[in-house]
Amino acid sequence: MPSLTLLGQSVVSGLLAGGLYGLLALGLSLSWGLLRLVNLGHFALAFLGAYLTYQLGTAFRLAPWFSALLIVPVFFGLGVGLHVVFVRFRVTEFTSLLVTFGITVILESVIQWFWTADFRRYETPYGTSSTRIGPLFVPTLDFLAWLTAAALALATWAWLRFTYVGKALRASAEDPEIAVAFGVNHRAQAFVVSGVSAAYAGVAGVYIALISTLAPSQIWAWLGVVFAVVIIGGLANPIGALLAGILIGVSESLTMAVATPAWAPLVSFSVLILLLVARPARA
Amino acid sequence: MSERRGAVAAGLLSVGVGMSLLPMIGLPAFYESFLYLVFHWIALATSWSILSGYAGYFSFGHGAFFGAGMYTTATLTASYGMPFLLTLPLAGLVSAALATGIGAVVFRVKRLRGELFGLLTLAITFVLATIVLNTRIDGGPGVYLLGVHVPRLVASPTGTVYLLGLTLAVLTVGTSYVVGRSRLGLGLLAIHDDEDVAEVKGVPTFRYKLSAFALSAGIAGMAGGIQAIYVGYVTVGETFSITVPLYVVLMSILGGARHWLGPTVGAIIITTSLYAFTGGESAVLGRAVVALAMILVILLLPDGVVPSVARQWRAWRSRRSVAVDKRVTPSVLGSTGSFAPDGRARAAGSVTVSTAPRGDAQAALLDCRELWKAFGGIQALRAVSLRLDPGEIVGLVGPNGSGKTTLINVISGHYRPDRGRVDLRGGDLSSRPAHEIARLGVSRTYQIPRPFAHLTALDNVALAAIFGGGDARTARIEAAGWLEFTGLAARLAALPAELNLHERKFLELARALAARPRVILLDEVLSGLNPAEITSAIRLIQKIRADGTAILFVEHVMRAVLELSDRIVVLNEGTVIASGAPHEAMRDPHVVRVYLGKGHAA
Repeated sequence: MPSLTLLGQSVVSGLLAGGLYGLLALGLSLSWGLLRLVNLGHFALAFLGAYLTYQLGTAFRLAPWFSALLIVPVFFGLGVGLHVVFVRFRVTEFTSLLVTFGITVILESVIQWFWTADFRRYETPYGTSSTRIGPLFVPTLDFLAWLTAAALALATWAWLRFTYVGKALRASAEDPEIAVAFGVNHRAQAFVVSGVSAAYAGVAGVYIALISTLAPSQIWAWLGVVFAVVIIGGLANPIGALLAGILIGVSESLTMAVATPAWAPLVSFSVLILLLVARPARA
Repeated sequence: MSERRGAVAAGLLSVGVGMSLLPMIGLPAFYESFLYLVFHWIALATSWSILSGYAGYFSFGHGAFFGAGMYTTATLTASYGMPFLLTLPLAGLVSAALATGIGAVVFRVKRLRGELFGLLTLAITFVLATIVLNTRIDGGPGVYLLGVHVPRLVASPTGTVYLLGLTLAVLTVGTSYVVGRSRLGLGLLAIHDDEDVAEVKGVPTFRYKLSAFALSAGIAGMAGGIQAIYVGYVTVGETFSITVPLYVVLMSILGGARHWLGPTVGAIIITTSLYAFTGGESAVLGRAVVALAMILVILLLPDGVVPSVARQWRAWRSRRSVAVDKRVTPSVLGSTGSFAPDGRARAAGSVTVSTAPRGDAQAALLDCRELWKAFGGIQALRAVSLRLDPGEIVGLVGPNGSGKTTLINVISGHYRPDRGRVDLRGGDLSSRPAHEIARLGVSRTYQIPRPFAHLTALDNVALAAIFGGGDARTARIEAAGWLEFTGLAARLAALPAELNLHERKFLELARALAARPRVILLDEVLSGLNPAEITSAIRLIQKIRADGTAILFVEHVMRAVLELSDRIVVLNEGTVIASGAPHEAMRDPHVVRVYLGKGHAA
């Protein structure tokens, strides 16, 4: 049995890792829940954002928040462009999975072409800084990522809950035809959602570059975990995505502490499978 | 049809034998290796399409079954010294057992269709990879098979792998062809279009999905076993990579996942074009090109290459034959094109026999006793009792939301009642699955017609005839008879989307009749029809009853209710509030109050 400090530390790191899961899940949850499109390309976009942050930071010495200022609007545009294709070819919920699967493979190849398949690490002066609370260490960057995830989740929740656009989007997701009959312009808002979702992928990418090691094949490593988070959190439910991210993050890091790290993937996928089979009504 | 089956068998056999002679005449090892890869992908893609193409359950977990087979062979040969050829059937069995276990859980959950099924199978692949990596099966370093003895069937060392790959590919394509034309295949196609309706029309959906899943996984497992010897070194990273699910989906969709030959054509195209990008940096580019091709195919050719070409070919041939003799026989009838005008008489005649009152005429044919059904807090049925005698027409009326459609759904087995029983000639239906109820002689229509969208009108009706307990060989002739009976003789070859509402309603009726039911449940067949169409429909229903079939029909068109019903039953808020002769029941003060409001009751 590991010591209490080790357990406490793994709860803290799981909590913080959950922030990044929630951040990635947020964009995915929006497009799946509101547009009925399952976007596997979300992960590839996030990694494209991460590699861009890495490139701008190492080759041009650009600070990551400055990179974020560039990445967010560009990715918003990419998201809108993607949705133009989806609308043009009347892509359905299911074919979206196949098409974005293809997009992910293409982006993975592009990343591998430019940055090779080797592992890359973006070293920053503040990369290792942390705050000490009692016997526990809180890494600064992880904590920032968590704060960003929480802030975006809250803002998105408020956007969907209180603004006209948010209400219209929720109405369209329930019944597009009826919503149109009441004057909701679903198409215009769908572009906004797709853009926002891609921009969130960009934000997540900046943090992925800062926190973890980059390799093109890592795109697939996030996929299962984040989908588990999206489904557990409930579609188009920003707060749910964040909480589910924390749940998965903590249970994963506890598994790593109690068993070995290699078993960690089993936890999230098993939770996903159990949830799909036992409580499918949520999704 | 049998002529065509013979041609396909002969074609497959000659290709198989011809290709198997190649190693003997000294084919360079490089070509053997390349052709082996083509066979490998043909077997994998074709096996994937048996479940995912025919039934539409897209699996991203084919890599899991392929990997299970690969590791079965690797472990048994490298660690236990079992002869290689013996491990192949075991590899297939392990994968099939794995699929059966997964399917037995997953296929019970109705919501796990479409993209959720795809994600679930992908997650299963990751779980399996984690388990293999962390246990003694692999443990991390991978498994070497270099010392494993491979029996030499021909002179060259790669010849054995080549022949095994060829055999598996030919057998798999043959299996897919046979499945596609069997009862199983027809059932799977129906599941693809509308699983709930398929079940109600008598398709044992759970069993069929499970069989297709096990068959598909078993073949993938054997392909994995052969591949283990081919690569000689098995690792988790390579085996459970995204390559297998990506390629099988792409190959099948490119060629046509619902056509037996589609995956083969797709596999040949992709493997050959990938060959152009082998080695070094161009391998990365090759993957990107394959992914781009997949996107373009999905967006532009959703049906795949083979079905598109086949459509062009048929169109060209029919244009030619029109030019030759100016007469088109409906090609859907196949070799049974000699359909005679007396088909209707034959079909209708045999119905009289099968639905005529059997045994004790005094006992009710259908007897619902004290049925209760709640959805969450809404009590849809409260102690509803209703009986139906042979040849009787009972009208079921009541305001919207009174529980009429729920009652039909409970009788046909779509929902299970919370309490109470449904007896058909003494046998309890309430705990049986819908497809058994259909086979016992209860048939229904849907208020909004739900035909199988990818089957012609004739095939829609033939499916109901076959799964309602009919003979598969005469089903199409019978089906044509029923379509004529309902006035759709001219629309045999039409797809449901080409029919108007009136025609789709009658297709729905023909499909219900083709199962030769003893009891037929009609859910608002007349709604949306104009007065003349209603008149012809009323005549049709009277004709059905004349054959001895009992009819329970839900209807809002009062003229039809009063004209047709021997008895009516009035439901309100899930309770029977009146029943009896039509004019009396409708004059019941309680009924008048429910329909017209309080003021009219006096």
